Amino acid sequence: MTEAPIIELRGVSKRFGPTYDAGARLARSLSRRLGAIPKNEVVQAVDHVDLAVARGEVVGLVGESGCGKSTLGRMVAGIMPPSDGQVMFKGQDITTLGPEPARDAKLKVQMIFQDPYASLNPRLRVADIVGEAPLVHGLVTRDGFDAYLDAQLRRAGLDPSFKRRYPHQFSGGQRQRIGIARALAVQPEFLVCDEAVAALDVSIQAQILNLFMDLRRELDLTYLFISHDLGVVEHLSDRVLIMYLGRIVESAPAEEVFTRPNHPYTQALLAEVPRIEARKRRFTAIKGEIPSPLTPPSGCHFHPRCPHAMPRCAEAPPRLREIAPGHHSACHLNDRI
Amino acid sequence: MSTATLEVRNLRTYFFTRAGVVKAVDDVSFSIARGRVLGLVGESGSGKTVTGFSIIGLVDPPGRIAGGSILYQGKDLAKLSEREIRELRGNRIAMIFQDPMMTLNPVLRIDTQMIEAVRAHAKVSHAEARTRSRDALGMVGIPSPDERLAAYPHQFSGGMRQRVAIAIALLHHPDLLIADEPTTALDVTIQAQILAEVQKLATTYGTALIWITHDLSVIAGLADDIAVMYAGRIVETGTAEAVLDLPLHPYTHGLIGSVPSRNKRGEKLRQIPGMTPSLLSLPPGCAFRTRCPRADAACEQEPEPSQPVPGQTTRCFHPLVAVPA
Repeated sequence: MTEAPIIELRGVSKRFGPTYDAGARLARSLSRRLGAIPKNEVVQAVDHVDLAVARGEVVGLVGESGCGKSTLGRMVAGIMPPSDGQVMFKGQDITTLGPEPARDAKLKVQMIFQDPYASLNPRLRVADIVGEAPLVHGLVTRDGFDAYLDAQLRRAGLDPSFKRRYPHQFSGGQRQRIGIARALAVQPEFLVCDEAVAALDVSIQAQILNLFMDLRRELDLTYLFISHDLGVVEHLSDRVLIMYLGRIVESAPAEEVFTRPNHPYTQALLAEVPRIEARKRRFTAIKGEIPSPLTPPSGCHFHPRCPHAMPRCAEAPPRLREIAPGHHSACHLNDRI
Repeated sequence: MSTATLEVRNLRTYFFTRAGVVKAVDDVSFSIARGRVLGLVGESGSGKTVTGFSIIGLVDPPGRIAGGSILYQGKDLAKLSEREIRELRGNRIAMIFQDPMMTLNPVLRIDTQMIEAVRAHAKVSHAEARTRSRDALGMVGIPSPDERLAAYPHQFSGGMRQRVAIAIALLHHPDLLIADEPTTALDVTIQAQILAEVQKLATTYGTALIWITHDLSVIAGLADDIAVMYAGRIVETGTAEAVLDLPLHPYTHGLIGSVPSRNKRGEKLRQIPGMTPSLLSLPPGCAFRTRCPRADAACEQEPEPSQPVPGQTTRCFHPLVAVPA
């Protein structure tokens, strides 16, 4: 690769746990000395993830609820610091940059959220929601503000005459367009879309997906597209990552994942996806539930539900290895070949 | 059809609000036979949930059934008294909701709720009701049902709660089950488990199933027949194959084109312009005409249901006959 990846994660982890005050710490150390095993209260939401996204690439991140995909997205967008590891923007660790370059780097990565109802301030007019950040960051002057704002709204498919309105005066699809206009107003190069179309009706979802594809071409954007909907991810992405309980279990070009899934979890997930082409089929099911991230299974997290589990799967977590050019999978089955 | 479990004829459910009359369900007709699965498809606000509520008698003021009939075993459900409909509801006709917490009482244990549901319709002992509840939980795949009976709803995961809700709906082996987006909030693998249970049910007990959803991909795999709703009306009905492969109504055609699928990767999706109109200010004539590529002057009149193809009805002046999707 000639150019540094636009975003690179190196061994990034995120843990959530309670913070103990002095009394609680004393109580825990005492109980431990008395032989009690204190309950694990720490959730490993993201577990040593490495990821590089090249400029212009659309990376889809798929997983079920609680797998850590939103947490990963938030760390990429720079709105949540990782517990371990580094988030690099164009080859530089943002935390080592000075305040000015760090701010510029953060502006280049923007996020679009799932819920177009919760992610817009209901007390602000559209003009302020979309226009505040570029004004504050000096991307536009007061004189040029109106023209700039109108251009931003029009690009997201909104009528600029609506700019004096409040969010409640818009439908769900239009609100999501406001969220997109807000993200694009600071001229980002990288967009993290966290379930950005999940709350929308099918016909509106198609409009927003088309908008994302147009914007990618027009503005040379790079996307991390987080979704539980495999159909949507397949449609948009160049490369797909599959996540299960905080770990990336498979990563490959979109074609590869959907035609030759390697990891048993990916295979099961693909088998379960309802497809409009599949008529009157018999539904089967992966056995069991998604385990609690508070008490993840040992070794490979998927082994209690895996049809091919071996004794070794419960002992050691498999490493993510390249099994074909550009195709990585974390499964012990690949070692036997 | 004399073998139909349920026959809905010209159903109208209106909401008389201060802002005007909202025709949430307007002249809807369909029927469903024993052991069949009907997919009722539509986007938010199309009236699909209100159709389900009308059948089971759960329409609250300011809404009421303003016309039409809902025939179940020769009885018109729309005309039954509250006492008569209570005899049927939860017994012969059951419903599963999108949010299982709508079915479950958060402050009561599962056994309390299930035993009450059993004894509401069957004269059995407490012990017998408990056994039936346990068996129902086992049937929907809840591990160690004996212990789980003593749990509270908050101790279950979302998928488990939905199974409990389904188990309660199945307690009396209903003739008709109305499922209102029961898997929309669930993960893909859990959704597949629920769909597998429901399929088994329809084949084992001959339960007729109305599956209400906005998700065409789920319906494609599950339904025998499909009815597509738009702005309170059914715009197209037919077998699943016919409606999905050769849709007649431009709205159905647009909806299918909006679904991202394998063979259209990276291509622009065929989108429907505009948005669903407010039911308070529907345009006169065909409600879809403002978004429809085929609309012309004729569409300012109300289209009546027609059958351009045998077995497939549509409400459109310009159906897509012999134009493959």
